[in-house]
Order: sequence, then structure tokens, then C-alpha cells
Amino acid sequence: MNMLTMEPAKPLLSIRDLTMRFEKPRSLSDAIARRPRQVVSALNGVDLDVMAAETLGIVGESGCGKSTLARCIAGLHQPSGGDILFEGESVVGLKGPKRRAYNKRVQMMFQDPYTSLNPRMTVRDTLREAISVHRMREGAAIERRIDELLDLVRLPEGAADKYPHEFSGGQRQRIGIARALSLEPICLVADELVSALDVSVQAQVVNLLLELQDNLGLTVLFVAHDLRLVRHVSHRVAVIYLGAIVEVGPSEALFSRPRHPYSQALLAAAPSLDPADRKRAPALSGELPSPLDIPPGCPFHVRCPHAAERCRIEKPALRPVGAGMAACHFAETISAV
Amino acid sequence: MSEPRQHTVLELRYLRTEFGSRERPLIAVDDVSFSVKAGEILGLVGESGSGKSITLRSILGIVRPRGRVGGEILWKGRDLAALDEAALRKVRGREIAMIFQEPMSSLNPLLTVGLQISENLATHTDLDARARKTKAVELLEMVGIPAARNRLGDYPHEFSGGMRQRVMIAIALASNPQLLLADEPTTALDVTIQDQILRLIQSLSRDLGMAVILVTHDMGVVAQTCDRVAVMYGGRLCELGTTTQVIGDARHPYALGLLRSIPRDVAPRTPLYSIPGAPPSLSALPPGCAFTARCPVAGLECGDVRPPLAAVGQHHQVACHRRAEALAHFRQHEAAS
Ligand SMILES: Nc1ncnc2c1ncn2[C@@H]1O[C@H](COP(=O)(O)OP(=O)(O)OP(=O)(O)O)[C@@H](O)[C@H]1O
Ligand SMILES: Nc1ncnc2c1ncn2[C@@H]1O[C@H](COP(=O)(O)OP(=O)(O)OP(=O)(O)O)[C@@H](O)[C@H]1O
Ligand code: SF4
Ligand code: SF4
Ligand SMILES: [Mg+2]
Ligand SMILES: [Mg+2]
Repeated sequence: MNMLTMEPAKPLLSIRDLTMRFEKPRSLSDAIARRPRQVVSALNGVDLDVMAAETLGIVGESGCGKSTLARCIAGLHQPSGGDILFEGESVVGLKGPKRRAYNKRVQMMFQDPYTSLNPRMTVRDTLREAISVHRMREGAAIERRIDELLDLVRLPEGAADKYPHEFSGGQRQRIGIARALSLEPICLVADELVSALDVSVQAQVVNLLLELQDNLGLTVLFVAHDLRLVRHVSHRVAVIYLGAIVEVGPSEALFSRPRHPYSQALLAAAPSLDPADRKRAPALSGELPSPLDIPPGCPFHVRCPHAAERCRIEKPALRPVGAGMAACHFAETISAV
Repeated sequence: MSEPRQHTVLELRYLRTEFGSRERPLIAVDDVSFSVKAGEILGLVGESGSGKSITLRSILGIVRPRGRVGGEILWKGRDLAALDEAALRKVRGREIAMIFQEPMSSLNPLLTVGLQISENLATHTDLDARARKTKAVELLEMVGIPAARNRLGDYPHEFSGGMRQRVMIAIALASNPQLLLADEPTTALDVTIQDQILRLIQSLSRDLGMAVILVTHDMGVVAQTCDRVAVMYGGRLCELGTTTQVIGDARHPYALGLLRSIPRDVAPRTPLYSIPGAPPSLSALPPGCAFTARCPVAGLECGDVRPPLAAVGQHHQVACHRRAEALAHFRQHEAAS
């Protein structure tokens, strides 16, 4: 429909005010003390557009909700509130054939290739199962497709008839990618895909992702802690803090001039490759806030070096700043250190 | 940095760990020798599958039942390789603690986090139940879990990947070990929390003399944390030196290739360098250098004659027959790029 028109790119995925709360069962002592049930607020109103064929990097503190967001998008969690639009249509609460169709088009790839592959199935069996269960091909075309996929992820000839333990970590990661691609998705959600691999194998997997994206026009959500890699692969980057986006923008702009104080602290904490350049002071001080009890006002105010009275009361909205968006009352006046 | 008066606490002599049949063994660790001093942090880096984890497991005697460990593991003068299981159990967790690579497989999914820490404290300390609970909260706070008291009742699946990893760290540090074997302790952590954990490990090492072997893929972590670095390939040590020597002046072709794979000064989204070829099969290593098949400067002798670790400077050792060619090759590439 909008294939050949020159209108501005439409988002493939739109995430609107997404919330995810995990209610904890009330313990006996809570019940006796009449304390309310505890709730982990993992996502607190995430707004995010993902454009077709882009790589969106997602970074943030451990426990800030990155995996929860990825799982909501892949349909593995039912969000508590808000909406996820895929090509303009809501996919929250999809059931039956529509759910299956969506799950086929948006594939999640997990960090651990060891546990996500069946050790008793050869690569061919694994791929054949995926292809036939989802009726991607029939009969002889299945075997042809398997060869095509192995070629695509550059696995050596003869790999099809081997078992997972006969491969290296990076090769196993490729098997996982081949399986995800067998369903011809248009969107890949990669949660810490390469963090367990050595840098040379990481480079191989990243090169493969970049190449597939250029050839197949895939949209990729790249969740990772390695800022150097995120910067290298992403068109845009979103920074999450306590379950909300605090900054999002073009990768180069965000890395060269982060606007939000949390993004600044995060980038400053990246370990330098120069042993002579050991940092003296910790990147962030102050008490870590808990998703059980989100601070009022700006959620970052308890640790922010620039916090003012207003920050303790008024929650900053995500608004345009520079080339991207940031959620900080003083984003314009705070300069990157 | 390590001072000369500090004494060696751990010395590996010709450590060799193999799996499979005696006739056709798979040699995961092949004649590895190195030592660690009290208060010293030794980094262990190398290819996925090169034997880093098995080296650590061999020290604690936990590659049994199927792995065979040979050579000497001198812990404060006593050979651990010669001890029986009962004697080893007294050393494990108390004097020597290990942080395992996959937190999910070492935590019990059916027990709450609080209970698992408490059980560990019960085995390794004399604290009573109440004191154990207080200590568990303290430990979780020490590794940066916010509102720790309220999360003792959580099950591992209710924690994020990085939070689980921090639980493992807390358990390992609970007994004030004299040697910490840390197998990729921060891969699932964002850089600010990683920074905090590495500072914690550094201060325990500096102030209490804890020796540390830190396995990591992140050269930034090595640069910022380690005193010395050992590089492994195909089960063997190929380079050993101070952090400055190995990161700034590597000499082994594998180490040089690995360092070149780190994305720095490359245009965004362009292919990254990665070492060509695939890792060798551990059951079919050549009699000579394990890197022969992938080495850009391999010569005739390389496949047949095993290169010994030879000194190239004070504290700096490299196992390569053609060090001059290697340097010339990689310098030339640097100049070209
Ligand atoms: N199934 C669950 N039940 C209860 N709480 C959960 C569940 N899954 C996640 N949480 C909580 O939600 C918060 C966000 O977790 P999430 O796994 O999304 O973090 P993350 O950003 O991926 O962190 P990491 O970088 O450590 O992987 C955490 O406080 C976590 O404990
Ligand atoms: N129980 C086992 N039986 C047979 N082979 C094994 C066993 N455990 C490990 N191996 C093999 O020993 C080699 C070394 O494994 P190890 O786990 O030490 O690698 P590593 O250097 O820690 O890699 P990574 O960086 O991927 O964690 C690998 O090739 C692995 O397949
Ligand atoms: S709004 Fe205030 S507390 Fe929040 S990041 Fe900006 S300056 Fe810091
Ligand atoms: S030059 Fe020879 S000895 Fe040196 S790393 Fe290459 S193959 Fe091994
Ligand atoms: Mg996660
Ligand atoms: Mg390992």
C-alpha cells in the first residue's frame, strides 16, 4: 500500500504508554502486618517507535526492564497496560491464528544458544521442525530451504547433520539465528545476543546481522550492555531507566552528546581500553531506586548530580531535545561532561 | 599493582584436563602453568571454548566425574589435585570461592533467593538464622540490589539476568574467600553496576589480600581491573604478561587478532574485523601450535613443533615461533587501516 509512495517512514512497531507490573503473592507476615501486596513496576509507561529496517539499540541499568520490554514485544508477556501496534494494529491480546502469524513475523533470539537448542536434534532436524510446524515450505522445498538458511548464516558445509555440542559458541549462535530466520520474520528481537562470546566471534555475529539487515530489510531490536557494540550496529538508541525511556535518538548524536544525566553517567562508566586511564571516582553514587517503589518526580533525582527542587515533584516528560528526545527538565542547560 | 613482597598463593603446574576416552582424549586444558599472588587480580581471556571455565573448574576439582585432571594445583603449597573429595569440600566455598558463568544453572529455581544465600551461609559460617538473614540483606545490598530486604522472598525467575548474576557474586563473597574464581561475573551487568562490582572485587583484593582469577571477554574490564593477563587458545596459554604489556603490546598472533576485533575507530555499521577460520577441534589438535590453521604468519615448523612460552620482556611471555613476523604483519595492517 505505502510501498512506492514517498511519504515519511511509518513505524513498524509503536509502543504506547506500555506498563508491566508483576504482583507478588502476599507473604504471611505481610498479611499479618496488613501490608499491601507488593508490586514490581518493571515498565512504567514506555513510548517508543521502531522504524522498518532500522536497528534500535536498547541500553540501561541491569533490572531496568529491557528484557521485559523485549518479551512484551515478542508476545511472551501480556502487558498490564498500554498498547503495542504492529503495522498500525494492536497486537496486545491477539489470539489464535493472528497471534501465531504475529509471533512468526517477530522473532526473539535469546542470549544463551546452549539452552535454547535441543541437544538431541541435529541442525537439520531443528530447522526442519521449525519450517514444517509453521508450514513455511512443503516436501522437497524444506530441504532446499535448510541449505539456503545455512548458507545465509555462513555455516560450513556438512553442518546440517551435526549436533549442537559439535559447534563453537559463535556457530551455535548462528544456528539460533538460522532458526529464527527460517520463519521469515521481519523483526528480530536480540536480547544480549552476543554478550557471552569472545570479541572475534562477536564481530562475526554482528557482521552477519548487519549483512542480513541490508539484504533482507530486517528490523532489529538490539538489547546489549556493550556500548561499543551498540554504537556500532544501531541507527538509533533508546536509554531506559526504571522502566521508562529517558532518552532516545540517533546513535552517533546520543553517544557523542548524551543529553540526559543518566545517559551521561552510563557512557562515562564504559570501561576504557587504556590501562593507564583507570577511573578514580565511581560513575554513579546515591541509593539505587527500586522498581518496588519508584521515586516521585523524576525517577533519577535520587542519584542525579543536577537534581533541583522541581525534579523531586514534577515528572519530566520525554520531549524533543537536540536530534532526539530526552526526559529531563534541564536537558538543554546540562552539558555533557 | 602487585608488589614483590606478596607471596604466591596458587600455582598451577602443567595442568591438563581431558574428557572422553583415554585413547582419543579431548584435551580441554593442555599443560597450563601460571601462578597468582595474594592480592593480585589475574585476567584470563581467550576464545569461546578455549578452556577458561574448565581451568577454573579444575582448580576446584569440579570437572569430575568425567573429566580427568592432571598436573599440580598448588594452593598455599598443598596440591589440590591430590586431595580426595571430602578434603576438597573443606576448601571449596570457604578458602576458594567460584562465581559460575551461568547464574541460572547454578541457582535452584525452586528456592527463594534469600533461602539460597542463607543455606550457603549456614554451610560456611557459624551465624544463626536471624544473623544469616541480616547478612543476606547486607550481601545483596553490597552487590547493588535495591530494596534487598523486600526481595529475599523472590524466586530466581523473578530477578533480571544481571540481578541473578549479582546473587551469585554475593554468595561467593559471603565466606570472605582468599581466592576468588570469577567466571565472567559481569557479562549480564550494565557498565555502572559492573563498575561497582569490579570496584568491590578490587577493594577486597587490595585490602584483604584476596587473590582473583577473572575470566572475561571484555578487554575494557581487563584494562580497568587486572594486574596481569593470561591469554588462552585451544586449551593452551599463548601469552602471559602485565595488563599494559598484553593490551598495549601483544605479541601472539591470536592475541593480536583478538584485540583487533574490538570495534574502535571503525565507521558505524561497517564490517568488523574477525579472526578468519574456525576454532580447532580439541580432539584433533596439531602436534605443534594450536593456532596454525588460522595464523596469518604460520611457517613450516608451526604445525609440528609446539612453541614453548618464552620470555619477551620482564613478566611477559609468548608461545610463538615467529614473533617478529607476527609483529610485522599486524603493524602493517594497522598502518594500512
Ligand atoms: N516474571 C517476573 N516476576 C516478577 N518480577 C519480574 C519478572 N520478570 C522480571 N521481573 C522484575 O522486573 C524488573 C525488570 O527486569 P528485566 O529482566 O526486564 O530487567 P533487564 O533490564 O533485562 O535487566 P538485565 O540487564 O539485568 O537483564 C526486575 O526488577 C525484575 O526483578
Ligand atoms: N563435560 C565435558 N565433556 C566434553 N567436553 C567438554 C566438557 N565440558 C567442556 N568441554 C569442552 O571443553 C572445551 C573448553 O570449554 P570451556 O567451557 O572451558 O570454554 P571457555 O573458554 O570457558 O569458553 P566460553 O568463553 O565460551 O565460556 C570446549 O570445547 C567444551 O566443548
Ligand atoms: S529532571 Fe532533574 S533529576 Fe531528573 S535527570 Fe533532569 S536534572 Fe536530573
Ligand atoms: S606463527 Fe606459528 S607458532 Fe606463532 S602463532 Fe602462528 S602458527 Fe603458532
Ligand atoms: Mg535482561
Ligand atoms: Mg566459559
